[in-house]
Amino acid sequence: MFAQIPLLPEQASTHASAVDSLLTFIVTVCGFFAVLIGVLLVTFAIRYRRRTANDLPKPVASSLKLELTWSLIPLAFMMVFFVWGVQLYFSWARPPDDVMEVHVVGRQWMWKMQHMGGQREINQLHVPVGRAVKLSMISEDVIHSFFVPAFRVHMDVLPGRYTTLWFQATKPGRYHLFCSQYCGTNHAKMIGEVIVMERDEYQTWLSQGVDGSPASEGRKLFMKLQCSTCHNSDSSARGPLLEGIFQNNVTLENGATVRIDETYLRESILYPDAKVVAGFKPIMPSYLGQVNEEEVLQLISFIKSLQHGQTPPRTENADPPLNPVLEKKKGKSP
Amino acid sequence: MSTVIAEPSSRPAEPASKPVNYLNVQFGVRSWLLTTDHKRIAILYLISITVMFFLGSLAIVPVRLQLLKPDNDLLDADTYNKMFTMHGVVMVFFFIIPGIPAVLGNFLLPMMLGAKDLAFPKLNLLSWYVYLLGGAFSLYAMIAGGVDTGWTFYTPYSTRSSHTNVIPVGLGAFTAGFSSILTGLNFLVTTHKMRAPGLTWFRLPLFVWAMYATSIIILLGTPVVAVTILMLAIERIFQVGVFDPALGGDPLLFQHLFWFYSHPAVYIMILPAMGVVTEIVPCFSRKNIYGYKFIAFSSLAIALLGFLVWGHHMFVSGQSVYLGMIFSILSFLVAVPSAIKVFNWTATLYKGSVSFETPMLFAFGFIGLFTIGGLTGMFLATLGTDVHLHDTYFVIAHFHFIMVGGVVMAYMGGLHFWWPKMTGRMYSEFWGRIAAMLIFIGFILTFLPQFVVGHLGMPRRYFQYAPEFQVHNVMSTAGASILGVGYFLPLIYLIGSLAYGPKASSNPWKATGLEWQTPSPPPTENFPVTPVVTREPYRYSEEVPVGY
Repeated sequence: MFAQIPLLPEQASTHASAVDSLLTFIVTVCGFFAVLIGVLLVTFAIRYRRRTANDLPKPVASSLKLELTWSLIPLAFMMVFFVWGVQLYFSWARPPDDVMEVHVVGRQWMWKMQHMGGQREINQLHVPVGRAVKLSMISEDVIHSFFVPAFRVHMDVLPGRYTTLWFQATKPGRYHLFCSQYCGTNHAKMIGEVIVMERDEYQTWLSQGVDGSPASEGRKLFMKLQCSTCHNSDSSARGPLLEGIFQNNVTLENGATVRIDETYLRESILYPDAKVVAGFKPIMPSYLGQVNEEEVLQLISFIKSLQHGQTPPRTENADPPLNPVLEKKKGKSP
Repeated sequence: MSTVIAEPSSRPAEPASKPVNYLNVQFGVRSWLLTTDHKRIAILYLISITVMFFLGSLAIVPVRLQLLKPDNDLLDADTYNKMFTMHGVVMVFFFIIPGIPAVLGNFLLPMMLGAKDLAFPKLNLLSWYVYLLGGAFSLYAMIAGGVDTGWTFYTPYSTRSSHTNVIPVGLGAFTAGFSSILTGLNFLVTTHKMRAPGLTWFRLPLFVWAMYATSIIILLGTPVVAVTILMLAIERIFQVGVFDPALGGDPLLFQHLFWFYSHPAVYIMILPAMGVVTEIVPCFSRKNIYGYKFIAFSSLAIALLGFLVWGHHMFVSGQSVYLGMIFSILSFLVAVPSAIKVFNWTATLYKGSVSFETPMLFAFGFIGLFTIGGLTGMFLATLGTDVHLHDTYFVIAHFHFIMVGGVVMAYMGGLHFWWPKMTGRMYSEFWGRIAAMLIFIGFILTFLPQFVVGHLGMPRRYFQYAPEFQVHNVMSTAGASILGVGYFLPLIYLIGSLAYGPKASSNPWKATGLEWQTPSPPPTENFPVTPVVTREPYRYSEEVPVGY
């Protein structure tokens, strides 16, 4: 009967084996202390059980040495847990340089993924084996959490702020994807699969049903919204030029410096007045409600890809900026 | 209130006449509802907390039944979410947090100090009414359709998305907090100002030290959660952006504020439990407590460090990794004083004379389960492993080991230990031992499998789940039914003892505390004469302690 009780989760990422080594170590140390205390309790209870009703044992004075021993030895073990844990945490928090990026948008109660080649998925994520994958994640409503037990990784998905999670799968297969941060009625149904494929299979999968890449979709949006009316290379431009700016530092009106990352770009699209670049006026309209989180991600992808001299010119035949809501692409809720 | 107790005198009460005590001094509903006697208020709390405990337990029955099958449709998703929320809210805010302080603390603290009452008897009564008011708000919310946010009320779900009675429940928790504050304030002042002559700080029973440390946390922490709930309400009602990014708020701010109180709240629960066990273990070993000062100061250390670890609930929330590091190391540090206590209780048994009455069985259960609860906390304090275990059933199992295996075991132990003092009656020792063992076995069977299923990856708050998690859930439900019987038994035999139990002597366990030097049940002013303390506590033998 007990042979049928699952005890350990599958190991399917580089991170999983690292977490499991640390888990095994903690289990061993804590198991030792649990057994030690259990044995002492039982031994003392039996050995020193009351034999006669008026038994009156001699008092025992406490010993400083003993107190320090049982304080410092556990502390020393804990410091090992701590250092080892920090090491793992940093490797979890910092993706390697060569990663394949996927955008993830969470909402009640589904996961929407978009690959850099333009493939979109709902509640499924196809990834190749042996390749580091970085997820840039954001929520459209409340807090969710992206959890793949077989990979031993977890990251909350917040509204209004990007978080990232990376992993490198080591074994082809289909693995549970759970939302682990309570998000309302169908929290338990906000589940899916991560499908790890051999590289050639993955290439085949990639070639089916491609939409535009996020960057090219972003370029279309950029033109549709007529961003280059202000964001252009004219010396009199009303907005800063966006070429090659990603990961640069920029000085703001109030003298502060901010690093241009995804979160800053998102904020500048939705809340343009929040952090205005020095030398410009806060005249940009907010695009809040006009672009959804997926479209913001596309715009950011485009800006990230934008190199010197590539800002598309404003075309007179583009749609007017008054009603820039785009017709939705395919791939809505199931 | 008028008391007709005999004049304080050094002579023992005359055995012929029926002795007047706090229970029979006055009768009638009015004499209870307007009492300022800390012992009567403790009884009022005991009754209301017991009601809440059974309400909270009732709420989890359908949850455990639902989880018997992976795709069970006994409950729909919304009902399930409301049930576990009700379980959490009632148990946390209306049972475990007030439990030991308001019942045992209220009854015992003045007696352990050799005082006639708490410093502010009317505030004490007020705290009970405030507690009732808080309970009424929360019960109203449940009856009016429930609430589905979980007891943690995370934003922006609770302010933007939930269509349930968030405000009444929040108001309930907010109000109940003031009841805690009044109790904490009372305990602090009483401990400082009303100790009997000769009762120096290091002659205090360690239960008093534990209550003192708890009161500090209550006073410093509870106002923060009150403010947090207020901000939540303002955002939900008036759409003022505090937490919701769509309104310009910060989604993590709520978690920081909430855990700034709710992590120390764990110590509000566990410190009194530790205090209870520290009284029981020496008594049933007939020996002085090992490491008195270490246990005393470890309570204060926990109170202090407990305020600096809240971020360990947020390792994968998106907070800075450097913050994560700091919270991780501080979480390890706060584990040290707890370890010190466990080792000292164990060492107290050494060369003692150990007997196994019901309170001691609960104390053994406490030490065992609390140790497992504490050690499994290591996995969650370690950053690298928390990244996997966060928000899974592993966390559920861990905190139930602390709060139920720890706090409730100790509460039951304390209730049995002081029951003769509180009621003047002895309960059935046989049924007491049966209940203690049933609770222990039921508990282990309920929560041990949850560590495994959590590590396998089952997230918390799932009304349906993947099929491979079923066997663990079936074991949990089976265990919970044993646990249910275990908790129900004391309700029967303790109430039964009031009518049928043999009369208790003033000191049935031959314990050393001041509360045992006065009749059972005690007179209204506790002691016929104010006692004078000349020695340290837990002096079971007259001999001078020897070291080994």
